[in-house]
Amino acid sequence: MTTVSRAKAEKHREPLTDAQLLMTISICIFAAMYAMAMLLMGGGFRKAQMVFDLLNDNAYLIIIACALTVVMIGGGINISVGGVIGLTVMACAIFLNSSGVENGPISVTLTLLLALGIGLAFGILQGFLVSYLEIQPFIVTLAGMFLARGLTTMLSVNPVKVSSQEFLSIVQTKILIPWLGYTAKNGNLIPAKMEIGALVALVTVIFMYLFLRYARLGRHIYALGGNQQSALMLGINVRRTRFLSYMISGLLSGLAGFVFLMHKPAGNASVAMRSEMDAIAASIIGGTLLTGGMGNVIGTFFGTMILATIQKIIALSPLNQSWWQEMANGALLGFFIMLQSIVLSSRGKKLRLPAWLKISHQKTD
Amino acid sequence: MQNDAVLTMRGICKSFPGTKALDHVDFTLRKGEIHALMGENGAGKSTLIKVLTGVYEKDSGSIQMEGIQGDAHIHSPQDAQKAGISTVYQEITLCPNLTVAENMFIGRTASAFVHWKDYEKRTDGILQSLGIPARAKQELSRCSLAVQQMVAIARAVDMQCKVLILDEPTSSLDEKEVAMLFDLMRDLKNRGVGIVFVTHFLEQVYEVSDRITVLRNGELVGEYPAAALPQVELVAKMMGKDLNELEDLAQVGQKSLGSRETLYEAQGLSSTESRPFDFVIRQGEVNGFTGLLGSGRSESVRAIFGADRVTGGRIKIKGKPVRITRPHDAMKHGIGYLPEDRKRDGIIADLSVRENIILAMQVMKGFFHPMSRSQMEKFADEYIQALKIKTASQDTPIRSLSGGNQQKVILARWLLTHPDYLILDEPTRGIDVGTKLEIQKLVLKLAEENMSVTFISSEIEEMLRVCSRLIVMRDRKIVGELTGNELTQSQVMKTIAGGEL
Repeated sequence: MTTVSRAKAEKHREPLTDAQLLMTISICIFAAMYAMAMLLMGGGFRKAQMVFDLLNDNAYLIIIACALTVVMIGGGINISVGGVIGLTVMACAIFLNSSGVENGPISVTLTLLLALGIGLAFGILQGFLVSYLEIQPFIVTLAGMFLARGLTTMLSVNPVKVSSQEFLSIVQTKILIPWLGYTAKNGNLIPAKMEIGALVALVTVIFMYLFLRYARLGRHIYALGGNQQSALMLGINVRRTRFLSYMISGLLSGLAGFVFLMHKPAGNASVAMRSEMDAIAASIIGGTLLTGGMGNVIGTFFGTMILATIQKIIALSPLNQSWWQEMANGALLGFFIMLQSIVLSSRGKKLRLPAWLKISHQKTD
Repeated sequence: MQNDAVLTMRGICKSFPGTKALDHVDFTLRKGEIHALMGENGAGKSTLIKVLTGVYEKDSGSIQMEGIQGDAHIHSPQDAQKAGISTVYQEITLCPNLTVAENMFIGRTASAFVHWKDYEKRTDGILQSLGIPARAKQELSRCSLAVQQMVAIARAVDMQCKVLILDEPTSSLDEKEVAMLFDLMRDLKNRGVGIVFVTHFLEQVYEVSDRITVLRNGELVGEYPAAALPQVELVAKMMGKDLNELEDLAQVGQKSLGSRETLYEAQGLSSTESRPFDFVIRQGEVNGFTGLLGSGRSESVRAIFGADRVTGGRIKIKGKPVRITRPHDAMKHGIGYLPEDRKRDGIIADLSVRENIILAMQVMKGFFHPMSRSQMEKFADEYIQALKIKTASQDTPIRSLSGGNQQKVILARWLLTHPDYLILDEPTRGIDVGTKLEIQKLVLKLAEENMSVTFISSEIEEMLRVCSRLIVMRDRKIVGELTGNELTQSQVMKTIAGGEL
């Protein structure tokens, strides 16, 4: 490299990395989609409450999408998250209803600990099998999913409604945000309402973002997903790193279960069914690479919001049929996978774009 | 243990199923010396290094390090790092998805939360002091291979290692970068670092090394001061052959000018990676593309084979216009291509030697015309013998073969299809002198049998030995064509450097 280019490098601003590019694209798509909905559908979409509704309804999904992003960055996969939510919700509902538990803040704290404990147990077990016994993560977590679903039905075949007043009062608690509210027809100001679960989800996203970006373990997970052999050579304890990524993922699944219960306080064998697939889709749409090494939870958050918005748009439109939503999700996922492969195929090469996009810039001297 | 030794290895043994990779090997590294570890492929250099760096566990023997009482226990790369042993491998072992600064410091940061800003500042300082053209915040995948290699070395340097192992560090660097690396190595040597230098370039060994240890077939041949071991003798020791035999080998054979008939002709051929160029090869001719790394020589031959997307040009084979836009077309027209990066483009690591040999033949025949098992075995045997491929059996997975033998397997794959035109891109990179000569001989023999060959190598000397015509490239353009008595090292250098003809 010549001295000229090095002098230039002094003030060089780094170009967007591929991960940042993919994330930016998904944020733009979310913004565009939401703007379209505001214009064309009007009504609810023009109120800030709509955003909070999306957050309230999908808080658990945001959290498990983060759980998926962490393991996917490390080059793994975890499809047990939905099952763990189901089990957690059921176990916590039964625990809250059991006569031995006193009404009071203690019982809620204990329930939270139970939820986190279940998640952690799954994380540790699966992490151990994947990292130390080197079994395929897909198989391990598939087994984990069946196990969790099985345990859920074993606990109770029938739906269990939470009757603990203490817990139900938490469920009822809403965070009011007056300045984002709107004035109703009768002149009353109706403030925007956010559930505690939504707040937990937002905090989780921010925490996980900082963790993956700045914590040593976070960077090790990226290194692991980037190139496992290299990570080993660079002196990273690959097994422990992978184990911990599954443990975090399990812990977040347990948390997601508790958040789910705060949104809908009832256990049911089919709770959060197939939500792991939505979480994988949200991660990918947010720019996480299935092969590892790339992605971040901010993108994942917007990925989840994109899926949630589509769901809402379709629910509010005359097309309110579940297959429309599935097809829209499918099309979107296909589009993002294509986008990723275009971005990746140009990775590391001088031509950043496929030739058919670049022809005008080439000089033929 | 000698007083000035930083590292003493005694009686190291290591076996793999079917082979004894190391048999009671001793190795001593002194403070502030550059020690070349030499040997042909399969001699045990890589294994010895992997034992030292904790990738493999030794079966027996002892490793002692300066400052460590008794045996140094090295069971993992982390142990080696802690003991002060750093390694820079031929294949870059950094994470392409992380930044340069992260690659410098990951795996050895002190606190659980990392202040990357500080590390970025330190990285920029280190990069600048070593003259490495990279930025701390740059994603590693955006750097060239040479720069990635240097980042790996910078990391090792910053780790205050006592022992620095450089495993084929120069094979992807151009001359200027090699000179830079050697300056760096001498600088480190003066600071008292012991450097183990593994390379196939003999000239480079003598340029920087103080001492040479030679291995052959997993056994120690001996340790010599570099000044007391002439180059010819070194080669003889590596190969275990006496000098007369070597002189015989040096005379590879007669160059082939080829017949008058044109085999392949391209006009204005271009691909997504290469600029339009014209190219002709006659039947039975051996020609070569030369130029610095990145001059476009590989990209040009890839365009001929259709390995990159072809964007234009007219092609004639034996005078008839044909269309070659993908490898399958090229194969149907009798063109074979041995890629530059055999690990990535060439071998299928988990398949057996036999399956790797049969591969191209099977593609040519189409997958609906399977070959019988006995036929495959016959072919495989024939070529394993003809090319003297060292393998336990036909069923051995190719990844367990040494580099030179893997290369021979890929060569066999193409020879089996009896191509009219064979393109060899760096067929001798990273393989030992003996195999190199064998491959050169083979190329000339094939040309005698009227096969046309395009030969690419980083070693000009080698190109001059086999090619009757050299096409010189610079900055992705053909800048000259040398034939007959223009084929001298100085003329080639001049053309590459820019003395227009």
